[in-house]
Amino acid sequence: MSDTQPAILLDKVNKWYGAMHVLRDVSLSVGQKERVVVCGPSGSGKSTMIRCINRLEVHQEGRIVVDGTELTDDLRALDTIRREVGMVFQSFNLFPHLTILENCTLAPIWVRKMPKAEAEALAMEYLARVKIPEQAKKYPGQLSGGQQQRVAIARALCMKPKIMLFDEPTSALDPEMIKEVLDTMIGLAETGMTMVCVTHEMGFARQVADRVIFMDRGEVVEQGPPTQMFESPQTDRLKLFLGQILRGH
Amino acid sequence: MSTSIAARPRPAAARTGPIAWARANLFNTWWSTALTLALGYLILRGAWAFLDWGVIHAIWQVPQGPKGPNTDICRAAAGTGACWAVIGEKYRFILFGFYPYAQQWRPAIVIALFIALYCISANRRFWRKELALIWIAAMVLIGILMWGGVFGLTLVTESQWGGLPITLILATFALALAFPLAVLVALGRRSTRLPAVKLLCVMYVELIRGVPLITLLFMASVMFPLFMPNGFDVDKLLRAQVAITLFAGAYLAEVVRAGLQSLPKGQAEAADALGLSYWKKTLLVVLPQALRLVIPPLVNTFIGFFKDTSLVLIIGIFDLLKSGITAVAEPAWQGFGNEVYIVLALIYFAFCFAMSRYSRGLERELDRARRR
Repeated sequence: MSDTQPAILLDKVNKWYGAMHVLRDVSLSVGQKERVVVCGPSGSGKSTMIRCINRLEVHQEGRIVVDGTELTDDLRALDTIRREVGMVFQSFNLFPHLTILENCTLAPIWVRKMPKAEAEALAMEYLARVKIPEQAKKYPGQLSGGQQQRVAIARALCMKPKIMLFDEPTSALDPEMIKEVLDTMIGLAETGMTMVCVTHEMGFARQVADRVIFMDRGEVVEQGPPTQMFESPQTDRLKLFLGQILRGH
Repeated sequence: MSTSIAARPRPAAARTGPIAWARANLFNTWWSTALTLALGYLILRGAWAFLDWGVIHAIWQVPQGPKGPNTDICRAAAGTGACWAVIGEKYRFILFGFYPYAQQWRPAIVIALFIALYCISANRRFWRKELALIWIAAMVLIGILMWGGVFGLTLVTESQWGGLPITLILATFALALAFPLAVLVALGRRSTRLPAVKLLCVMYVELIRGVPLITLLFMASVMFPLFMPNGFDVDKLLRAQVAITLFAGAYLAEVVRAGLQSLPKGQAEAADALGLSYWKKTLLVVLPQALRLVIPPLVNTFIGFFKDTSLVLIIGIFDLLKSGITAVAEPAWQGFGNEVYIVLALIYFAFCFAMSRYSRGLERELDRARRR
C-alpha cells in the first residue's frame, strides 16, 4: 500500500433513514496521517457519516474505501476494517461489567488472539499514556467522565488501529473534564495517527486539524484549513454556524 | 469576603432501639395505632389457634393395631388437634411414591445429590468449565440410581418413580435445558440478519405461550402417542419433561429478551467497533450484562416453574404433590389431608425460599463487584 493512497475515501455516499435523506453525495478523502475535524449543526449528518466509515451505519449508495478495503456486505472486509479503525463514542460505552484493564484487553485477546500477559502489558502501556494506569483494577462506574473517555481512547488504541474516529468525544463531559480528554487527543495527534474527529471544540480544531469539514443538512458544504475556515468562511451557512457557536461560548 | 463553613459530623439519629422504631413506624398517628392494634390482635389470634391445633392438642403417634395403625384417637381429635402421626407413618410414601420400599435409599441419595448439585452450582467459585462435567456426572449417577439394572441394582421403571425425586428431576432438567434454549430464542428473536430464524422464534414463543401448561401436558400425554407410529413409545415422564421444558423456554426467552432490550445500544456498537464477532460480542459483552439485569424476573420464573411441575399430577405422574394426596387416600388415613398439605407446602417453600434468598445474594454480590 502506497502512502499516496488515501486512508479513507468516501465517493458520492448517500444514506436514507426511511424517507429522510441524511447523507447527500458526500465525497471526502482523508490522507494517511491526516487529521480532519468535522463540524456542523446537529442533524447535519456528521455523526452518521463517521459511523458509516466503520459500518455502524450502512450506506445505500456510493463507495466507502478504508485503507484500501471497500466496505461491502462481505463480512471479512468488515472484519479487516474494524481491526484497523478505532472508535471513540460520545457516551464512552465502556463495558461496565469489566474492569478498566479487562476493557482494554478484551479485543486484543479475543480478536487479535494476543496472549493475556502481552495484552495486559500493552493495555498498561496505553493506560499510562492516557495517564490513568492506577485505575486499571477499578470498574468504569467508579471513574469520572473524563477518566472514562480516556480509558475509551486507550481501549481503542490497544487494537493498534491505523485510523481513529472520534464521535463528539467531549460533548457528554462536564466542562472541567474536557481539557484532559482534548490533551490526550492532541498527544495522539502528535504521534501521527490518522484521525477523523466530529467535534465543536474549535480550539482543538485550530491546534490539531489539517483540515476542517463543515457539514449541513447531509452535505459537505465547505472545507479547508482551520484558519481559512474560521477566519474567512465562504458560505453563508458556515458564517451562520460559526456565529451561533461563538455566541454560545 | 466569604467565610467557608467548616464540615461537621452528621448529627446522630434522635433515638434508636426497638421502642423508638415502633413509635416511629407503628404508633406514629392515631390511625396507624388503631391499625397496629387491630392487625396485632388478628395475628395473635391466628397464631394461637394454629399453636393450639398444631402443637398443644396435636397427636404425634398412634398405636399399631392388628390391621395397621389405629387412627381412632386422631379421628376423635379431628378439628381440635392435628394428627402428625400421618406424617411419621407416610413420610416415605410422600417422598418416594411407589418406588419399591426396600430400594428407597436410592431416591434418597438422588435427593441429596440434587441438593449438593444446587449448592455447588450456586457458588460462584465453581463457575468454570469443570462444572459442566460435574453436572453430567451427577446426571449419569442419578440415572443409574433411579433406574438401576446395572451394578447389581434391581431395575425400577419410571412408572414406579414418585415423590420428591420426580419433582426435582422435572424442575431441574426443565430449567437447565430451557435456559440455554431461551437465550438462543431471545437472540434469534432480535436477529435482523436472519428473518426466517426470527419468525421461527416468534412463532415458538407465541404458540407455546398461547396455550395453558395443562393443555400442553395433555397433548404430550394423550395426543402425542396418536401421531407416532405403532410400537414407537416414549415414556410419559419424558414427554411431560419435554412439554415443561418447551413451556419454560418460551417464558424464559421473553425474560432474557427484556434484558437484551434494556442494554444501551452503545454497548453492542462499542463491541462491533472493536472488531468482536457476533458470538464474541454476545457472549462477552451483551449476555453478561443482560442476564445480570434480569436476575429478579429469571428467578421469579424459575420459582414459578418449580411449583408448576406439580401440574403433572393430572396426567398421572406421581410427583411430590400427587404422592402426598395418594398417601391419605388409604381408608385409615382419609381426612388427614391438612397435615400432609402443610408438610408439602413446607418442602416447596424450602426450595423456593432458598432460590429467592440466593438470587438476592447474587444480585448484591454482582453489584458489589461493580461498586456502582
